[in-house]
Amino acid sequence: MASHGIKNRVAIIGMGCTRFTEHWDKGLDDLLIESSDLAFKSAGIAKQDIDAYWFGTAQSAMSGIALARPLQLQGKPVTRVENYCATGSEALRQACYAVASGAYDSAMAIGAEKVKDSGMQGLNAFPVPNDGTARTLTAAAMFSMVAPAYAQKYGVERGDLKRVLARIASKNHANGAKNPLAQFRKEMSVDQLCAMPAVAGDLSVFDCAGVADGSAAAIVVRAEDAHKYTDKPLYIKALSMVAGNGSGLMDPSYDYTTFPEIVQCAADAYAQAGITDPRNQLAMAEVHDCFTPTELVLMEDLGFCPRGTAWSEINNGSFDLDGDLPVNPDGGLKSFGHPTGASGLRMMYEAWLQLRGEAPIERRISTYGKRNLALTHNLGGYPGEMVSFISILGTELD
Amino acid sequence: MKGILSWGTHLPYRRLDRSTIAAVAGTGGGKGTRSVASFDEDATTMGVEAARSAIERSTVAPESLWFSTVAVPYLDKTNATTIHAALRLGSHVAAFDANGSVKSAVGALHAALSMDAPALVVSSDLRSGLPGSTDESAGGDGAAALLVGSSSQGVLLAEYIARGTATEEFLDRWRTPGDNRSKLWEERFGETRYAALAPTAWAAALAQAGLQASDVDHLVVTGTHDRANTSVARSLGARTEALVDSLAATVGNTGAAHPALLLASALESATPNQVIALVVLADGVEVMLFRTTDALASYEPRRTVAAQVNSVGAITYGRFLAWRGMLTVEPPRRPEPSRPSATATGRSREWKFGFVGSVNDEGEVHMPPSRLDSERRAMADAHGTIVTYTLDKLSYSLNPPVVFAVVDFDHGGRLPIELTDVDAAEVAIGGRVEMTFRKLFTADGVHNYFWKARPIRGEHQENGAS
Repeated sequence: MASHGIKNRVAIIGMGCTRFTEHWDKGLDDLLIESSDLAFKSAGIAKQDIDAYWFGTAQSAMSGIALARPLQLQGKPVTRVENYCATGSEALRQACYAVASGAYDSAMAIGAEKVKDSGMQGLNAFPVPNDGTARTLTAAAMFSMVAPAYAQKYGVERGDLKRVLARIASKNHANGAKNPLAQFRKEMSVDQLCAMPAVAGDLSVFDCAGVADGSAAAIVVRAEDAHKYTDKPLYIKALSMVAGNGSGLMDPSYDYTTFPEIVQCAADAYAQAGITDPRNQLAMAEVHDCFTPTELVLMEDLGFCPRGTAWSEINNGSFDLDGDLPVNPDGGLKSFGHPTGASGLRMMYEAWLQLRGEAPIERRISTYGKRNLALTHNLGGYPGEMVSFISILGTELD
Repeated sequence: MKGILSWGTHLPYRRLDRSTIAAVAGTGGGKGTRSVASFDEDATTMGVEAARSAIERSTVAPESLWFSTVAVPYLDKTNATTIHAALRLGSHVAAFDANGSVKSAVGALHAALSMDAPALVVSSDLRSGLPGSTDESAGGDGAAALLVGSSSQGVLLAEYIARGTATEEFLDRWRTPGDNRSKLWEERFGETRYAALAPTAWAAALAQAGLQASDVDHLVVTGTHDRANTSVARSLGARTEALVDSLAATVGNTGAAHPALLLASALESATPNQVIALVVLADGVEVMLFRTTDALASYEPRRTVAAQVNSVGAITYGRFLAWRGMLTVEPPRRPEPSRPSATATGRSREWKFGFVGSVNDEGEVHMPPSRLDSERRAMADAHGTIVTYTLDKLSYSLNPPVVFAVVDFDHGGRLPIELTDVDAAEVAIGGRVEMTFRKLFTADGVHNYFWKARPIRGEHQENGAS
C-alpha cells in the first residue's frame, strides 16, 4: 500500500477563472458558463471534445445535472464532488485520475460557489439533521485559537503576533490590489489592520477570507497529448489528499500550533513530486489562508521554514511577491475571495499564469524564470478536524 | 420510617439588583437581589443540576422521579424524562411530571413520601411578571431535589414524622396558560383565607407528632402570597428564632421550588434531633414535620444553599428582560439553528443527555462516544482545565459573544465546548471547569438540551467530585 502519484502523466492544457466578488447579477449558471468558456478558449477546444466533467461545489447545487444543464452537455459523465473548502481541488484530482487511468482522453474540473444569495454573512452549510450536540462555533473562532497557542509556544508577544498576522493580510491585500480578478483590490497597512475590532478571538473581519461568488475551471489531458493543445502545459507532479479523523478535537496532546493532516499531506506530495527542499525548489505557493493564523502555521507545516520561525520570516518578507518564496501572489483567499467550490482551482489558475509567464509584470513572482514548480494547498474544516489537499504543478517533464 | 435520604439544590449564577428596575420600568424594584436563570437554563436544566447533587450524595437509587414546575418547558411531552436521561437512570425508573401549579411540588413530595420505593422529587421554577411588577422583583429562579425513602432502604437524614393539610378552593393568584404573568386578587382576601386555614393543618400535624409549636426548631413558611407567609409564620406559636430565612433579600421566591429549597436550607443549618416544620401556603395549607437524625451531622451537600447565595455574578436589567423574552433584541444575522432530529437524538441519548463518552483500547477518550469502542465513560462529573479559548461574536447565540474553550478533563478526554455562567474577561488558560446541563437553543418548539462547561466556583471548589 502506498501513494504512487501520477507524476508527469497528466497535464493542464487550459484554464479559466471568473472574477471572485459579490456577483449580485450572476447566478451559479452564469459563473459556470463563464469559467468553462474561458477554459475552452484557453485550450482551444469545444465542450463536446471534453470526455468527462468533475464539478465541485460545496453548497450551491447537487449532482452533475447542475453543470450539464447550463452548459447543455450531451450525454456526458458529470460528477459533482464535495470535500469542504477543498472541493475545487478534489474536482481536479478526480479528473486527473480519470485521464491517467486511460478511461478518458480529456476531462474538465470545474468549481463554483454562489454564496451571496443567502442573505447572511459568512458561509452557511446545509444543515444535516442531527442530534443538536455538534459544535456551532464559527470557523473564524476555531482558527482564532491558533494565534494565542502559537504565541505561547514560541514565546512571541501577543501584540507582536497580531502585527505578524496583520502583515500576512497586508501582503495578501497588496497582491490582490494588483489583480483584476480579486475581490478586494485595496492595499491595507499593518497599522490599519491592527486597528480593526476583534470579532473572534483576536481576529478581525480583515483576518478572514473574503466571502465571494466565483468559478474556475481546468482542462486536463494525458501528458503526451498536451502539446497538441498548448506549448506551455502545466504537468501534474503531485496530488495528495488527507482527510483527518477529527482526533485533534479530542486529543489532549494537540496544541493548536500545527495541522497534522497538512504535515502528512505535504510529506506525501513532496514524495510524489520528488521534492526535498520546498523552500528552494518551489517558485511559488498558493496556500489556504482562510484566516491569517492559518497562513502562519502553513508556512511551517508545508516545510517552507523551521518550526517557530514563520512569524519572523513573515516579518522579513520571505513570502512577499518579491521574497524568496512568494506565497499567495494572487491575493489568496484573503483578498481574492473564497467561493468554496472554486478556490482550489483558482489557486491552480494563479500557478498557470505565473509559471507560464502570463502574470503581468507588476505582479510577477520574483522566482519567475529561475524555478518551475508551484504548490497549491487547499484545506477544509478546522484545527483538529480537517481535509488537506496539496498539488504540485510544473512546466517541465523532467 | 420514611424520610429524606439526600438533597441537592441549584441556584443560577446571575443576580439582578432590584434597584436597577425602576430606572427602566418606571416603577417596581426594591432592595436586594433576585436570582436569574441563565439564558440557557429552564426549569428542566435547573432541575437536572439540583437532582445531580442529590443523587451524588446518596447510595440509594430512586425507583421513580417526580418533577414539578410552573414554568413548564413542554406540555404533552413529559419533562421528567429529560431529567431521567441526564441522570442516566435506568429504564425501570419511572419519570413523571406533576406540573402547572406551585402546589404541585409539595404534593409530589407528599406522594413520594407515601410510596414504598425510594423516589427523587425535583422541583424547579422561573418566576417573573411584567416589567415593574412585584412578581418580577420578588420572584427568583432555582431548583431543589429531595431523595426520599425509608430507613430500610438507606440512612435517613431527617425522618418524616407528621403532616397536616387544609384544602380550599379560592381565587388568590392565577395565570392563563401561555401568559407571561400571573394575576392577583386583592391581597387581603388571600391573606385571610391562609390565616383561616393554617391553624387547622398546623394543629393536625403537631398532634400527629405529639409536639408543641415551641418544639419546632426550624420553621419554613413559604407560598406565593408574601404577606400571608409573614402573618401565618407569626401566628403559629413557634419560637421567633426558629423562622428560617425566606431568601427574599438575595434569591427571591422561587415558586414551586421554594418549599424544597428552604427545607434544604433548614437542613443545612440544623443539627441532629431537631424538628423542622415545612408550611406551604398554596391554594390551601400543607404542613410537613421532619426530625433530623444523627446522620445529618456528617452529610455534606455538594453545594450548600448558602454558598450559592454568595457565589454570584451580576446581570443588567436589560439583559434580564431580553433573556425572559420581555425585550425583543436584534437577533444575530446568522441562520437560525434547525430543530434537533428526534431520531438522531434518540440514538445519541447517552451522549446528548448523559454526557457519556467512550474509551478505546489505548485509553483514549472519545466524545461523542465512538461506535468502535467497547468501554463507556460517564463524563458529566469530571472536572477539566481550559487549554485554550476564544470569544466568538459571529456565531448564532442568544447571548453573544459565545465563550468557547478547549477543555482537558482530569482523567482523560478533551472537548472543545461552550462556557456558560462566565464573563468573557474572567476566562483564562488553566481555569478549572465543571459540566452543567443546559439548553443550547429552541427551534420549532424543540428544546435542544446538551452540556456546557462552567467555571468551578464557591464552596464546593475542587471538593473531589469526579
